[in-house]
Amino acid sequence: MEQLLSVLKELHPEVDFETAEGLVTGGILTSLDIIALIAEINAAFDVEVSAEEIVPENFDSAKTIWAMVERLMDED
Amino acid sequence: MSFTSGIFLLFLAVLLLLYYLVPGRHQWKLLLAGSYVFYAFAGWSAVCYLLATTLTTWLAAVRVGKKYEDQERWLSEHKASATRDERKAHKAAVKASARRWMLFGILFNFGLLAVVKYTDFVLGNVNGLLGLFSGPQAPLPHFLLPMGISFYIFQSMGYLLDVYRAKYPPEKSLGKTALFVSFFPQLIQGPISRFDALAPSLLSPHKWDGGAVALGLQRVLWGYFKKMVVADRLMAVVNTLSGSPEEYQGLYVLLLMVIYAATLYADFTGGIDITIGVAQTLGVEVAENFQRPFFSKNTAEYWRRWHITMGTWFRDYIFYPASVSKPMMKLTQWCRAKYGLGLAKRASVYLVTMLTWFVTGIWHGASWNFVVWGLLNGVIILVSQELTPLYKRFHERFPALQPTFGYRLFQVGRTFLLMSAVRVLDCYRDVPVTFRAVGSIFTDFDPSILWNGSLLTLGASGSDWAVALCGIAIMIAVSLLSRAESLRAQLSRRSLALRWVLFGALFLAIVIFGAYGVGYDANQFIYNQF
Repeated sequence: MEQLLSVLKELHPEVDFETAEGLVTGGILTSLDIIALIAEINAAFDVEVSAEEIVPENFDSAKTIWAMVERLMDED
Repeated sequence: MSFTSGIFLLFLAVLLLLYYLVPGRHQWKLLLAGSYVFYAFAGWSAVCYLLATTLTTWLAAVRVGKKYEDQERWLSEHKASATRDERKAHKAAVKASARRWMLFGILFNFGLLAVVKYTDFVLGNVNGLLGLFSGPQAPLPHFLLPMGISFYIFQSMGYLLDVYRAKYPPEKSLGKTALFVSFFPQLIQGPISRFDALAPSLLSPHKWDGGAVALGLQRVLWGYFKKMVVADRLMAVVNTLSGSPEEYQGLYVLLLMVIYAATLYADFTGGIDITIGVAQTLGVEVAENFQRPFFSKNTAEYWRRWHITMGTWFRDYIFYPASVSKPMMKLTQWCRAKYGLGLAKRASVYLVTMLTWFVTGIWHGASWNFVVWGLLNGVIILVSQELTPLYKRFHERFPALQPTFGYRLFQVGRTFLLMSAVRVLDCYRDVPVTFRAVGSIFTDFDPSILWNGSLLTLGASGSDWAVALCGIAIMIAVSLLSRAESLRAQLSRRSLALRWVLFGALFLAIVIFGAYGVGYDANQFIYNQF
């Protein structure tokens, strides 16, 4: 989770990702951010985030992103 | 069979009567038979194309589903005995096998579409190149483009890709799959439905619901009003202005931009209103395709509100998969290591954005006009993206400006004009002519055409203009009144007498002011040709 938070922080230093909700629905993460974030997640956690995972529910907070990463690591 | 023909109204009346007379479990079969009768009017060869897409989609989806079922069985049988690596290897083998079936469906159908839709375009360009060196010329085959083929192939392939992604299991019944592919109200110009959204109401039995049928018919009526009173009346002006670009320059081009925007909107949303209304009379819920797009404040928002089901199709099946594909991920990581996060964020997304808009353009038609139209939309969206920080700084500096009505009006007007300028590529015969025409707005501006009688020489008489402009005013008023809830839903809570008066007036307006007869092509919707 710490590693994910630091990646998110690099994308948007002004956002407190530990508490922030509605990252997608609130317009904080753009499609550019999400694709860059996926590249980071793939490299950092050795998983493959596929296109069908790109839904607001998976990217709306650091917690939901982390839940997706854990699920993908578990599936592998 | 066109929505605006008398035979369609007769067909619909007979189908509705039978639909609510047959037992509920047979209703979907009646809809399937009706859909094929409807489409048979496009010719038997068109029906063969539809059957080919249906059979290949059904076969591929069922085979993919079978692979996943076998996988689940294997995993439960070997839950205790298989190692993690064995499970992984089994899943990879199943996925590869499923991918082969998915690719079969995709390559067959998009290959078919490519051949019938793009062969002339490709060969024409090759001939043009060979002509430069006095080379031989290939004959153009001129395939007949089956009506609605782009719509039903995209809908079917979306379904197949969803099954491949294990979003839901496949429909095992060939007949039910055939109905999903061919459901007649949306067969010719969409919306491009998703199986999980459409199938529940499409395949389930429905009892007569007078209120829902009335709401559906009201929407059908509204669609006919837009199409026959506004779009068909203005189409003659669009054809005159775009047919002689050398003659109609300057303010005429600006006029064409605005008139074509109104015409296309009335034509396409009118057709979709008829589609959704007809489906509603049958108890079937079809996805909305428009959300008051001309009130958008920027281009990206416009594209989220115009032809929504096409936009989400390209987003879900091209933009996202291409963006997270291995080559793009590698490009992102390479850019990050070499040039930092700023470029890494942009490189792959910008490339894929342009690719997606190129495909969107070519989907609309096999011509350079549509290719340039698509690429221009991509460029505008990317430039807007880059200008976002600038806008942000501007609004921080002038915080009082943003919430004002005047500023919102400016944003809406700017987006409307920008999109209208790009959209006229639909109208002119080629790209250079379009650019010259739009450029002439800034060099050849003669406002006197608005009052010197020139407008009456463009294929529309004074009464045509009056009827069309009243129609546009009514469309704008309905849009403004439908911000929170559809006007029909609001009216359904008012007295029956008021509803009869209003919809009776709408019916009379279509009968009296609708464009019929010689000089009006009421049979063709603009989006039928895509």
